[in-house]
Amino acid sequence: MRRQIAASLGVLALLTVLAGLAYPLLTTAVAQTAFRARAEGSLVRRGGRVVGSSLLAQPFSSPRYFHPRPSAAGDGYDATASGASNLGPTNPKLAAQVAERARAYRAENGLAPGTAVPVDAVTTSASGLDPGISVANARLQARRVAAARGLPVARVLQLVRAHTTGRPFGILGEEAVDVLDLNLALDAMR
Amino acid sequence: MSAAAWWQLLVLVALIGASTPLLGRYLARVFGDSGAPGDRVFGPVERLVYRAGGIDPASEQPWPVYARALLAFSAVSVVVLYGLFRLQGVLPFNPTGVAGQRPALSFNSAVSFVTNTNWQNYAGESGASQLVQMTGLAVQNFLSAAVGLAVAVALIRGLVRRRSATIGNFWVDLVRAVTRVLLPLAFVAALVFASQGVVQNLHGFRPVRTVEGTTQQIPGGPVASQEAIKELGTNGGGFYNANSAHPFENPNPITNLLQLWLILSIPFALTFTFGRMADDRRQGWVVFAAMFVLWAGSSVLAMQLESGANPKLTPAGVSQAASSSQPAGSMEGKEVRFGPATSGLYAATTTGTSNGAVIAAHDSFSPAGGAVPLANMMLGEVSPGGVGAGLYGMLVFALLAVFIAGLMVGRTPELLGKKIQGAEMKLVVLYILAVPVAVLGLAGTSILLHSATSSIANPGPHGLSEVVYAFTSAGNNNGSAFAGLSGNTDWYGTTLAVAMLIGRYLLIVPVLAIAGSLARKQPAPATAGTLPTGTPLFGGLLVGVVLIVVGLTYFPVLALGPIVEQLGR
Repeated sequence: MRRQIAASLGVLALLTVLAGLAYPLLTTAVAQTAFRARAEGSLVRRGGRVVGSSLLAQPFSSPRYFHPRPSAAGDGYDATASGASNLGPTNPKLAAQVAERARAYRAENGLAPGTAVPVDAVTTSASGLDPGISVANARLQARRVAAARGLPVARVLQLVRAHTTGRPFGILGEEAVDVLDLNLALDAMR
Repeated sequence: MSAAAWWQLLVLVALIGASTPLLGRYLARVFGDSGAPGDRVFGPVERLVYRAGGIDPASEQPWPVYARALLAFSAVSVVVLYGLFRLQGVLPFNPTGVAGQRPALSFNSAVSFVTNTNWQNYAGESGASQLVQMTGLAVQNFLSAAVGLAVAVALIRGLVRRRSATIGNFWVDLVRAVTRVLLPLAFVAALVFASQGVVQNLHGFRPVRTVEGTTQQIPGGPVASQEAIKELGTNGGGFYNANSAHPFENPNPITNLLQLWLILSIPFALTFTFGRMADDRRQGWVVFAAMFVLWAGSSVLAMQLESGANPKLTPAGVSQAASSSQPAGSMEGKEVRFGPATSGLYAATTTGTSNGAVIAAHDSFSPAGGAVPLANMMLGEVSPGGVGAGLYGMLVFALLAVFIAGLMVGRTPELLGKKIQGAEMKLVVLYILAVPVAVLGLAGTSILLHSATSSIANPGPHGLSEVVYAFTSAGNNNGSAFAGLSGNTDWYGTTLAVAMLIGRYLLIVPVLAIAGSLARKQPAPATAGTLPTGTPLFGGLLVGVVLIVVGLTYFPVLALGPIVEQLGR
């Protein structure tokens, strides 16, 4: 057994150098050279200043902006504590939260009571940092954003379409509206 | 479920169909007796490793030595990783300022990564330093997968060798799995991930002022390199707490498809390796088909179930029906870019293998939808199972299937001409019973302890499901969770680690013993009374054995958890 332990230590040490240092550091070097912006976190700037990552949701509450999905990461959109609510499907707390959020969503967007609210708008995501919302959700918010900015609704809807990422190859995953990119595009409009 | 979701499944099936023979043939050469491609490149590196371990790569080991080497290597790995977790606060390369983990948590985390479970009682952002992520967790992601591959190859040798006292050399199998299979594939996959937005840097958190003026901490880390081996090695431990749901781990549906393929690639390819090493391709394809039927069936089931609405949300006036502007299904705990159907596919894939990475919160799945990943794990993860572990698991079931068939017709059961006798069957029974006994025993005990039930997050039968899911996941070395359960207590930390150890080594040692016992035998020539095992009939028998023997063990607890929740909602 002693021989096996000695062999274990030697093999573990060498394979740690190989798989634990050489591999991640070489990957870092190549990725930083070839795909620097992506490897650094797809950061987006406004006026030269970094304002976030286009891949991570950040809080928006002003009526002038599209709002991301509710977040269970920390106190909301906390990228140091990603995660889901983990509420079970039959947990009364989930139904109560969703009902409350649906009421608030209708009030905020000037929708008649009883208007069907897209489910993604009133549920928390798996990461708490979901950068996307459904097209249905964006369309319902467009009227509010247009009114707050004094823009024609059609113009805002056009922008929503421009910032909708379709299914890759037409079949993978689902389409999503990129909230931060869309909001920055709104601000950039003159 | 939309047409696109079906097409996505078909594309994944096509990728697996294409990679299985290619990768399977390559694996057969890497672990075969003659030379392999790339000897000149890999040879010098491997010789360096052998020299460091004082190993003679030309010598072969009988099964007890093979097993001792494996156990020694695993024990040393646990001790080293435990030390890294305890000391990470004072070790370098810690830009996020993570403190050392407590003893019970360190033990759980170390056992978890060495056993290829990758259950995480800590959150990646705050619980592991970048030094530990790279030199501890990524390394064990490679090594635990390599150990699984080694055991699978040893069992194949046991089945195909004649009158042999040895089943290979553990060190050679381990090292070659890392250098020739896992490292090259992971490197390519890591670069694809990085090109798509998976981060790969050495930063800690970087504060930014958001558009509305709040502060957000943007995380960093060598994530792409970790992500690649996390999926390829069917490990599943996330760099971040949200795992593959985190946009920095899995930014879009393309990286998601690559993850699905990486998870499935080696486990399915090994069936071809088996057929090739046994010089009986049909035998390999029968095992492939049995795994495929279980995986595809559970995938379609989970995709369909998750595309259904949650009736509890209907009274709030929430729309969960498909339209041109949103997919069908509940979105609690799911990401918009993946949607419900893809989340179901990933859940079935990650639990049919021993992966355990998630793109959605399984705890928030519909009761029936959440039962799919649970049942997949309960079946012993053979659809197609973990790297190596899936194949040796399915071959053990094949031994059981020929035994049951042999009882029915009154003949000595055989597989590839090797007679299956009392010694092997005792080991098969040990393999099959060890995990259910540990899982049900520990889950049952937890339900009786107030200190353990207070960790439950959701009321009613769903709470029972959370506890059962945790032990099923640990015992089958999966690592996914109904994550509402607060597992970071001394009770769960310790008992889940025990379940992981049982689920790993109480299965590997019998498998190696079976390999050793079969290797010594001389195959008997096939006669008219031999049950042919390279046929669709045997494939069906194999699927039946998996579903009936293992599935029925867990049926009562499934009835008390997800089934009653589904019926009562």
